[in-house]
Amino acid sequence: MSEHVVDTGRRKMLTVSASVVGALGAAVAVVPFVSTMSPSARALASGAPVEVDVSKLEPGQKIQVEWRRKPVWIVRRSEEMVSLLNSTEERVRDPNSDELAQQPEFARNQERSLRPEVLVLVGICTHLGCSPTFRPELAPADLGPDWVGGFYCPCHGSSFDMAGRVYKNVPANKNLEVPPYKFLSDNVLVVGELDEGAA
Amino acid sequence: MTNKVGGIIGWVDSRLPVIEFWEAHLSKYYAPKNFNFWYFFGSLALLILVLQIVTGIFLTMHYKPDAELAFASVEYIMRDVNWGWLVRYMHSTGASAFFIVIYLHMLRGLMYGSFKQPRELIWLFGMMIYMCLMAEAFMGYLLPWGQMSYWGAQVIVNLFGTIPVIGDDLALWIRGDFVVSDATLNRFFALHVIAVPIVLLGLVVAHIAALHTVGSNNPDGVEIKKNKDADGVPLDGIPFHPYYTVKDIVGTVVFLFIFALVVFFAPEMGGYFLEHANFEPANPLATPEHIAPVWYFTPFYTVLRAIPNPFWGVVAMGAAVFILFLLPWIDKNVVKSIRYRSALYKVNLFVFLIAFVWLGYYGVQAVTPTASQMALRLSELYFLFFAVLAIYSTRRSAGYYIMWFIIFVGLITLYDVFRNNPEIAELTWKTWIIPVAYLFVTLIGAAFTNLDQDKPVPERVTS
Repeated sequence: MSEHVVDTGRRKMLTVSASVVGALGAAVAVVPFVSTMSPSARALASGAPVEVDVSKLEPGQKIQVEWRRKPVWIVRRSEEMVSLLNSTEERVRDPNSDELAQQPEFARNQERSLRPEVLVLVGICTHLGCSPTFRPELAPADLGPDWVGGFYCPCHGSSFDMAGRVYKNVPANKNLEVPPYKFLSDNVLVVGELDEGAA
Repeated sequence: MTNKVGGIIGWVDSRLPVIEFWEAHLSKYYAPKNFNFWYFFGSLALLILVLQIVTGIFLTMHYKPDAELAFASVEYIMRDVNWGWLVRYMHSTGASAFFIVIYLHMLRGLMYGSFKQPRELIWLFGMMIYMCLMAEAFMGYLLPWGQMSYWGAQVIVNLFGTIPVIGDDLALWIRGDFVVSDATLNRFFALHVIAVPIVLLGLVVAHIAALHTVGSNNPDGVEIKKNKDADGVPLDGIPFHPYYTVKDIVGTVVFLFIFALVVFFAPEMGGYFLEHANFEPANPLATPEHIAPVWYFTPFYTVLRAIPNPFWGVVAMGAAVFILFLLPWIDKNVVKSIRYRSALYKVNLFVFLIAFVWLGYYGVQAVTPTASQMALRLSELYFLFFAVLAIYSTRRSAGYYIMWFIIFVGLITLYDVFRNNPEIAELTWKTWIIPVAYLFVTLIGAAFTNLDQDKPVPERVTS
């Protein structure tokens, strides 16, 4: 009979390599479980473009449509509202829409829109995702004498001007998102699609 | 120990050490004889945990975790299920009761130094339990699928979205969709009824096992294990059973009395336990006029709102919770109990409590310029408490106190100058006095008076 000599070096090597392989296997097994929590194929597939008729929209009026289960606002701005955008230029954080992810290329203008009078925005505050309220009036009691119309988020007090540009010194630090959209005719626009020719 | 027990117990005991367990944790587990009112809340927390698990099981028999059906199934429980309203109100009231009891339990630990060496692990397990409870409460609140459920979840999940680089993908992964939706509801249900409760139970076992290893602290902060009789029984200890089991029954009766009053007469508690907006079904297109978290989250929520940058706001809020974990390493003063701590320590703790409650108050209020300035000042007090606590770990020289006074006042002033916003300049400098006055009392007061002197701790417990 041969002697039972324990080769501790070999035993240690086997223990470590078995542990490492086992740990790797366990780590890989986590992947499918973590992945089940990502948006499913069904969630990814929802989100078809939405057509909106804006002919009935009066100046100063806002309507809301649902796109990808988010509120999308369409506001017909009066001429006064458009001209007041000059007055907020100094008070907003990103007047020239330099944050590229917040709008399609065509909306990098003062009005942040295709047509000055029609404003299209995703109605979700860029702070923590509440839906701001539409406050078109001038100098209401609760928002102070400097208010020239815009959007106010009741959750954390962020405010935006009539082009969805975020004011300085509020919790939100990005302009409201402009969704991709295009006009099919004078009065019908479609949210969720870009005009390939123009873009 | 004798093994001479016969009968069924004897049969079981020779196969499973039930008697040994009974003796180790109850009939021969010696707890200090001087426990007072503050020592009710540990056992009450355990009672509420059981209550929540039992009522929760019966609620899941009728609730439907589906965005189309959830709201209606809760109404069904309230109206059509026999006694369903009672079970649901017990569960919803239990959630608030849990936090009341846990906050008092934590305050007890803070007052009597129960987190200090050798009980650091007990404190850490306790903090983990607290974190689990917050997760449990947050996910449970989504399930009724009311307006506040929906928008509360939307805001809290978006907190993760503020993390640079990975934030958006992380928030998307948590929701499982681009907005809070059926996928989110379904997974929150799974986490709320299975995953977190299992972790919670494990942590409670660890919390109690660690407690029974080192033994309980007490209102005098004296280690009873240092004075034992010939049999190794602590002189100031009494067996947990029957002494404290009976005492805790008194606490249980009083608690259940109050609990029943709330369940039967004020289950909504004026909109604080169940918020009014939650009686409207979730509507992803319209945020309620005014949204506020349930009361037990409001102090941290105010800290979040005090910082005008989304990411740093989240960091501040996270730090406000995380700093509690570090308490055993912040307060290194050898005197455990508030009874023998200095007058200025008591001032410090009192200011902290006021700041915490006041922060909670602002969390349910709408944002105004005054409110956000006060939120910042109270947040500063909240964090400065820990800094002053660390400084009070031992008596220091006058120069040391003055040095830190200058550093803290300098940092606060620097931040005010840095964030200077002409619209609120007056408010900024008016409220600046709050943290400065606090630092003046706690640090300059310590430098020039004897009020920072702790008292001698007795050898044995006093009553």
